[in-house]
Amino acid sequence: MSYIAKPQVSHPSLRKNKLGLTSRDYEGAVSTLCAGCGHDSVTAAIIQAVFDLDIEPHMLAKMSGIGCSSKTPAYFVQQSHGFNSVHGRMPSVTTGANTANRHLTYIGVSGDGDSLSIGVGQFVHAIRRNLNMCYIIENNGVYGLTKGQFSASADIGSKPKKGLPNQQEPIDPVSTALSLGATYIARSFSGDKAQLVPLIKGALLHKGFSLVDIISPCVTFNDHEGSTKSYAHTREFYNHVVDVDYIAPFEEITADYEQGSAMPVALHDGSKILLRKIDGDYDPTSRARAFKYLRDRFNAGEIVTGLLYIDDERKEMHDLMGNVDTPFAELPMESLRPPKGELQKILKPYR
Amino acid sequence: MTKTVYFPVVAVMLAPNVGSACSPGSGRGKSMKPTDTSNPDYFHKVVDCQWACPAHTDVPLYIRLIAQGRFGDAYIENRKSNVFPGILGRVCDRPCEPACRRGRVDEKPVAICRLKRVAADHREDITDRLPRGAAKSNGKNVALIGCGCASLTVANDLRPLGYEVTIFEALDTTGGLMRTNIPRFRLPPEVLDDEINCIIDMGVDLKLNHRIESMKELLDSGEFDAVFVGTGAPRGKNLEIPGRYDSDRIHIGIDWLESVAFEHIEEIGKRVLIIGVGNTAMDCCRTSLRLGATDVKVMARKPRGFFKASDWELEDAEEENVEILVNHSPKEFVFDDGKLVGMTFELMEYKVDDDGGIDRGTVVGETTIACDDVILAIGQDNAFPWIERDIGIEFNEWDCPVVDETTMMCTREGVFFGGDSAFGPKNIIWAVAHGHQAAISIHKYCQGEDVRKRMPRGINLLSQKMGMHEWSYSNYFDPAERRIMPHVELKERFKKLDIEVELGFTAEQTIQEVERCLNCDIQTVFAARLCIECDACIDICPVNCLTITPNGDEADLRTRLSAPAENPEQALYVSGELPHTSRVMVKDEDICVHCGLCAERCPTGAWDMQKSQVLIPYAEDEASGAQPEKKGVSVA
Repeated sequence: MSYIAKPQVSHPSLRKNKLGLTSRDYEGAVSTLCAGCGHDSVTAAIIQAVFDLDIEPHMLAKMSGIGCSSKTPAYFVQQSHGFNSVHGRMPSVTTGANTANRHLTYIGVSGDGDSLSIGVGQFVHAIRRNLNMCYIIENNGVYGLTKGQFSASADIGSKPKKGLPNQQEPIDPVSTALSLGATYIARSFSGDKAQLVPLIKGALLHKGFSLVDIISPCVTFNDHEGSTKSYAHTREFYNHVVDVDYIAPFEEITADYEQGSAMPVALHDGSKILLRKIDGDYDPTSRARAFKYLRDRFNAGEIVTGLLYIDDERKEMHDLMGNVDTPFAELPMESLRPPKGELQKILKPYR
Repeated sequence: MTKTVYFPVVAVMLAPNVGSACSPGSGRGKSMKPTDTSNPDYFHKVVDCQWACPAHTDVPLYIRLIAQGRFGDAYIENRKSNVFPGILGRVCDRPCEPACRRGRVDEKPVAICRLKRVAADHREDITDRLPRGAAKSNGKNVALIGCGCASLTVANDLRPLGYEVTIFEALDTTGGLMRTNIPRFRLPPEVLDDEINCIIDMGVDLKLNHRIESMKELLDSGEFDAVFVGTGAPRGKNLEIPGRYDSDRIHIGIDWLESVAFEHIEEIGKRVLIIGVGNTAMDCCRTSLRLGATDVKVMARKPRGFFKASDWELEDAEEENVEILVNHSPKEFVFDDGKLVGMTFELMEYKVDDDGGIDRGTVVGETTIACDDVILAIGQDNAFPWIERDIGIEFNEWDCPVVDETTMMCTREGVFFGGDSAFGPKNIIWAVAHGHQAAISIHKYCQGEDVRKRMPRGINLLSQKMGMHEWSYSNYFDPAERRIMPHVELKERFKKLDIEVELGFTAEQTIQEVERCLNCDIQTVFAARLCIECDACIDICPVNCLTITPNGDEADLRTRLSAPAENPEQALYVSGELPHTSRVMVKDEDICVHCGLCAERCPTGAWDMQKSQVLIPYAEDEASGAQPEKKGVSVA
């Protein structure tokens, strides 16, 4: 942490977005995480993405649970809504919030402890409902707040700072999400914003559940030699297979891509994301092939990153349930509470 | 999963520079070499004010000393390089301020000059900390011609080394143009006397009313081992137009100011025209107002933006209701019955091109403006009627001596020039800088050493880290605006010629203004081998001056940084290859506010905030043969 706040002085050429705001306007409080924490880079990437997408701060809801990761919503978009919930319960709280107001953009920030240990049940059900949210896991393989014990995402053989290497099978959030039918699955690295920012933008715009699993090294407890979630290890075994370019609604695809390597996917707001397949064999629209590919590369020790799976056909929670477009929060009480006669009619088929 | 293999080597691995962080720009042109920070000039240049100052005064250091209330220390620190802090704190041309980084971040620079005055005005008794003339002579005699700032600086540097110094001054008082041309309402005589006398009191043989009429005679006398010429540019430019010599109400600016200073002139007509719009013109118009003029017009040949006067001097004159008329080119003087009654001007129109260049203009009309007096303030020339042209001192096409810019020696060995007499009119701070260099040369010449073999500048770097989140300097960015100098009421100030207009900063103003300094001498120093590329510094930097990127040539790199580096005057600080990805850390020095957050957020200490101290050799360092070190003031 720092004793002085980030000075309110900025580069004179700082760009403004459509709302007339600069990226500085999307900042939050100064981070109290350890200096060099990957989470702070993720925060910076979120700020960039939200700024680039011209999201109005009051139309954003930041959701989190408990952990180092779950502190990060305090560090971006100060003027938005926020809910810091019970440990592991962020998905349920977000489900409730989203049910009441589907017009907000939901960004949940969680960690490997919050999502893969105490909150794993919540995590899988949010996927199952295809809750329309961007779900970020800041994944560092350790419980940082409690001084660095292995988490459920620690790799076999990864060495702790002190004590014995991990022997238990890790839970991989990407494979888990893939098996559960999540509709936007990405993995990235806090140290690669060029890849990370467009992935977050795509996740924020995707209609349905988007998971961005981000290797975000714990500089204090898991950045030593022998750790598989250190900056050095991640860089050495980093393999990006599908990169994403975000194309705003008014932009055209101008860049020159090799034949067959680029695949545009239209998003619901008229923008596009352009998938750039680095590995030509990879197919990010086939669940079965993605699953096999990921297992193979994982067994080879690689950290596969990029937009690994996308399904833009499946309906999100509100559409599955046939809810009205108007947020419940804005509906008049008469509409929310049908009169007795109407209620009887609704209930009749279930009797 | 094979349980025995943890991190098998992958046969085909992507290039180590992390994936999409690889820019299309790499590979073009030549990559930049790591910045050589051992070159003293690199970090010196980051301290824009100090670099711009001809005498290289350590501005951030003395501002911090003022912030701590150490006015005496701040004064001594100033005096070391600029010799006349009290004088310069009032009338310096302040090349430091347009250079000040704060001006790029926040429009207005730090009021460096007026903070200097704070140190001078509020210093405790520092008499016993001033350099002293050596008790024992070293047997060498040096003649200094003219008792202005250049000669006085030479005396200041040579007396402590044992040189016998004689100053020849034509007038009956010291100070040269500082006394004769700068009005007392800007520079009180007490301030001048105070700072000049402490040099004279070092044991200088001062010969007033002693005009040197012949250089040949002086040199032939054999009395002196070296001669220094600091006679300024004493001849005001004339304006050869009809009627110029037909009235005694047409004055040459600098001569007129001198007559006012010596009280030979005590009044002027009601309506005065000042021809020219440089700093002398500003002094003339403001002096006129104090001698009875009520309608003073400054006549400018060119439009605003092409004036020679400093912005602040224009401001001060206009505050006193001086009118500045642009695009008026003098044509002739107008007389009625032999009496000067006005002046005719051609009205001009100019074309200004996109680069800010201006053409010679076209005449579009004519006008006559009534007046009682005219003061010509259109420039100054050097004048050396007393230097014979056959004694080995070469003169160039502008009738100025040919002087070496480093050694200040002319084409005759043992004869040195400085101040305005060397390269034409500049200003006090340049004259001081010349004086220091000339003193080094005179010392070397007198000791039989090669004047060209001079001690190089050095640089010291010292970490300012005091603890986890603690620096030895005030690193917070204070968004306060520049303080405005309080002035004496308009009504009051015209009552007498010697009422100093500027009152000096109040304690409250000083406290705010010192905090505006960005501490540019507290350098961001980077150790590439320690960097783990976590981006923490890049994310926290409030002014987007850091980037980790593949190397490239400078033009290419400047376009692909966190914020485009569009000021080519400011360097890019490029690291060596980073251990993980072989990319480089690039810092655009342009608008770094030196808040230290990069170093504070760095988990490995790859960034550190280190105070740079530029080691500038003076004559005494050359004499002792040791590298210059900080004298008198501990590091603030």
